[in-house]
Amino acid sequence: MPKLNINGVDHQVDAPDDMPLLWAIRDLVGLTGTKFGCGQALCGACTVHLDGQPARSCQTFVGDLKGVKVTTIEGAQGKVAETIRQVWTDMDVPQCGYCQSGQVMAAVALLAETPKPTDDDIDAALDGNLCRCATYHRIRAGIHEAARRLEA
Amino acid sequence: MLPKIIDHLAPAASVKTSRRAFLVASAAAAGAFVIGFGAGPARAAGGAAAAPAQPVPFDAYLKIGADGKVTILSSQFDMGQGSYHGLATLVNEELGASWDQIAVEGATGDLKLYGNIVWGGAVQGTGGSSSITTSFDRYRKAGAAARMMLAAAAAKDWGVPAAEISVTDGRLMHPSGKSAGFGGMAAKAALLPVPKDVPLKDPKDWTQIGNAKLRRYDSKAKTDGTHPFTIDVKLPGMLTAVMIHPPRFGGTVKSFDGSKAKAMKGVVDVVATPRGVAVVGEHMWAALAARDAVRVTWDETKAETRGSAAILAEYEKRAADKPQATARNDGDAAKAMAGAAKTVEAIFRFPYLAHAAMEPLNAVARMNGDGTLELWAGHQLPGLYQAIAAGIAGIKPEQVALHIMKTGGGFGRRGTPDGDIVAEAVMVAKAIGYKAPVKVQWTRENDMRGGRYRPAYVHRLKAGFDAAGKLVAWDHHIVGQSIVAGTPFQGLIQNGIDQTSVEGASNLPYAVPNLHVGLTSTEVGVPPLWWRAVGSTHTAYATEVFLDQVAASAGADPLAFRLALLEHHPRHAAVLKLAAEKAGWGKPLAKGRFLGLAVHESFHTFVAHVAEVSVSGGEVKVHRVVAAVDCGTVVNPNVVKAQIEGGTGFGLGAILAEELTLGADGMVEQGNYDSYTPLRLSAMPDMEVHIVASDAPPTGVGEPGVPSIGPAVASAVARATGKWITTLPLTRGMQS
Ligand code: FES
Ligand code: FES
Repeated sequence: MPKLNINGVDHQVDAPDDMPLLWAIRDLVGLTGTKFGCGQALCGACTVHLDGQPARSCQTFVGDLKGVKVTTIEGAQGKVAETIRQVWTDMDVPQCGYCQSGQVMAAVALLAETPKPTDDDIDAALDGNLCRCATYHRIRAGIHEAARRLEA
Repeated sequence: MLPKIIDHLAPAASVKTSRRAFLVASAAAAGAFVIGFGAGPARAAGGAAAAPAQPVPFDAYLKIGADGKVTILSSQFDMGQGSYHGLATLVNEELGASWDQIAVEGATGDLKLYGNIVWGGAVQGTGGSSSITTSFDRYRKAGAAARMMLAAAAAKDWGVPAAEISVTDGRLMHPSGKSAGFGGMAAKAALLPVPKDVPLKDPKDWTQIGNAKLRRYDSKAKTDGTHPFTIDVKLPGMLTAVMIHPPRFGGTVKSFDGSKAKAMKGVVDVVATPRGVAVVGEHMWAALAARDAVRVTWDETKAETRGSAAILAEYEKRAADKPQATARNDGDAAKAMAGAAKTVEAIFRFPYLAHAAMEPLNAVARMNGDGTLELWAGHQLPGLYQAIAAGIAGIKPEQVALHIMKTGGGFGRRGTPDGDIVAEAVMVAKAIGYKAPVKVQWTRENDMRGGRYRPAYVHRLKAGFDAAGKLVAWDHHIVGQSIVAGTPFQGLIQNGIDQTSVEGASNLPYAVPNLHVGLTSTEVGVPPLWWRAVGSTHTAYATEVFLDQVAASAGADPLAFRLALLEHHPRHAAVLKLAAEKAGWGKPLAKGRFLGLAVHESFHTFVAHVAEVSVSGGEVKVHRVVAAVDCGTVVNPNVVKAQIEGGTGFGLGAILAEELTLGADGMVEQGNYDSYTPLRLSAMPDMEVHIVASDAPPTGVGEPGVPSIGPAVASAVARATGKWITTLPLTRGMQS
């Protein structure tokens, strides 16, 4: 039985090696903040961190995660994550919210790596995260605002 | 009998009718307090109030728990547009709770309480950007009545006059220093008589309505993964089903072999339903991994086998013929056209569009031992779904309990006349003998290929100038599928005109003395549906781009040309002027940048867009957009802005690159977000939204942000290239 380390906790999951991490997280571990949008690494709704790097859990497979630390939206903590959440609510970024777990995970990874991102940096990091409600204008402004608050 | 909706999506001409309906039904709603209050569990006749275990329903619109928690029961569905927050704002303006006490739930049932007033009150539903309009008096009165009763209870307790009690931030206070939270008074208040006369605050005293600093109460849970969607519903013993749908619309299952799939780990059953074959597993991946192992033979005798290219070619032919029906006829357009000194003509082609909401369609069904059926889903048309589900299950509608979930987008897709995913969940549950609760979860490909699209349309337009250069004739013919024909919404078709096909064209605001708008409705087997802003998604583009072309042919400035024709439509003119002024219309621009503008009214809300674009190598880049909106009284300025921003992005994505096509074999060619391409972050322009101050009755904003962005961009592209894009999306139109 494969073992997954999710948000610092080890889970034995009854899953074949080719099971996408997304479904293991949602249906076997029972953490539902990570969302299914496309299943093909095209929308970013399922974004998690693998050893701190953003990855699409729908195209990451359970068998490939030996020794890898998985972080989901429920486990995203620390100054960057909390600042982004605060900015997101202060600026009313989410509409339906379905894409936002993925947006937040992508934004956290971006700011952890690039504390003062340019618009181009933001495009490069988040263009893979679709938002059908088109909250993009506020996502962009939100990342700049979070960067500003983190610097202060 | 399924309810018939009247006066839905009414064009401007019926503003008066809607307003009248609004007042009458408000009176009904006031009367309805009594019904709601009377039904409360703590209303034992004459009995002393024991502290109720359940929260006390103050009326049908809100309940207050012993912990002080205020739960607002929303008649309106929230797919992300913020209707729950809007209704909560209306209640709280009068109630005076603290925002962290407030929660909102979807409610369904008595039409007198929850029927959509804008639609005549005969059906509960969300659409036509009507949530705030239908709720404006209803939910303010609910808040005010609850506050009066809480104050009366406190007055009795404290032996003081109720008029001396004030309510702020969830506390009842008396100048003597006495104070109490809502929780302690809720049970006592519920036993008091319902006030007959519920006065509402003077608008000048509003602190919540119109407050630009107020933020949505429900954002936080959307940033930490805790906000529950239908996909997250988990019930004891629940199974998950994935679907195999017919490859062509109208196909049905002839036979199937699920034996291989059934032998796979975690697969519980493979069953046929009237809508396709379901693979039922212990969880999503178990079902999904087995899906390819199922072999299905389809009966396609009734299937639609035409491709979208053939469908559009036929529409184009029919656009040259006489229309089937007339939607508007002023003066004598044919005569004026025949006598015109100069004419301009254009044909516009619009593709099918998918809603492609981020949460693929889903629903959960559970049959209980007592014969009641529970359904969790985005119930946009609850009464209808209850009736449909009861029909499938062979039970009474009142035995169907709906859990109304907020959904990951919707854009119209959760409001289907046949119940669609909700019906499918009941069918699957029934096919497995109701042995376990079941969630039917579509994949993205199911969702993309599952039908219910914004229909394809062809528009033919012709305009004529007289010898003095005055625009004297306008002839507009729209060809395409009716969204409502053959559905419970059929009543929207009057004199052969489906209002949802012509809205935005038949109420053209420009002063043209001879004007004819005709419609030809086609029969095609591709299931259509309303798609955010409905008819205006194509009529705004066709009319505004064509008008721009007409203005250019007269050598006129597009803004001045429009304003001259909008003398009797001051609200159109005002948003147009505001957007133009803020965008710097007429001022010099950076090299290679061009401005375009458009204005449109949809659902009684007026929006103008000005777009700044550049075109290089055939690629259109939209750099900046300025929008102005007049939606009457503004309840939540920040939500209005968010909806106009989001609507702009949604509309922009569609005209730039969205297109759902059927191949020559009648099969949908797109399956996922690689082939069907909504707007992404890098293509979102910098954006400003300006709100026109108004004390007119409030109107909606969920949809009106969509229509005018497309024509504004096209108008700028024409200035950049000299070419009017008449085939959408632009990626296709730029090549032709
Ligand atoms: S669900 Fe993984 S990227 Fe869309
Ligand atoms: S907020 Fe709805 S999809 Fe992004």
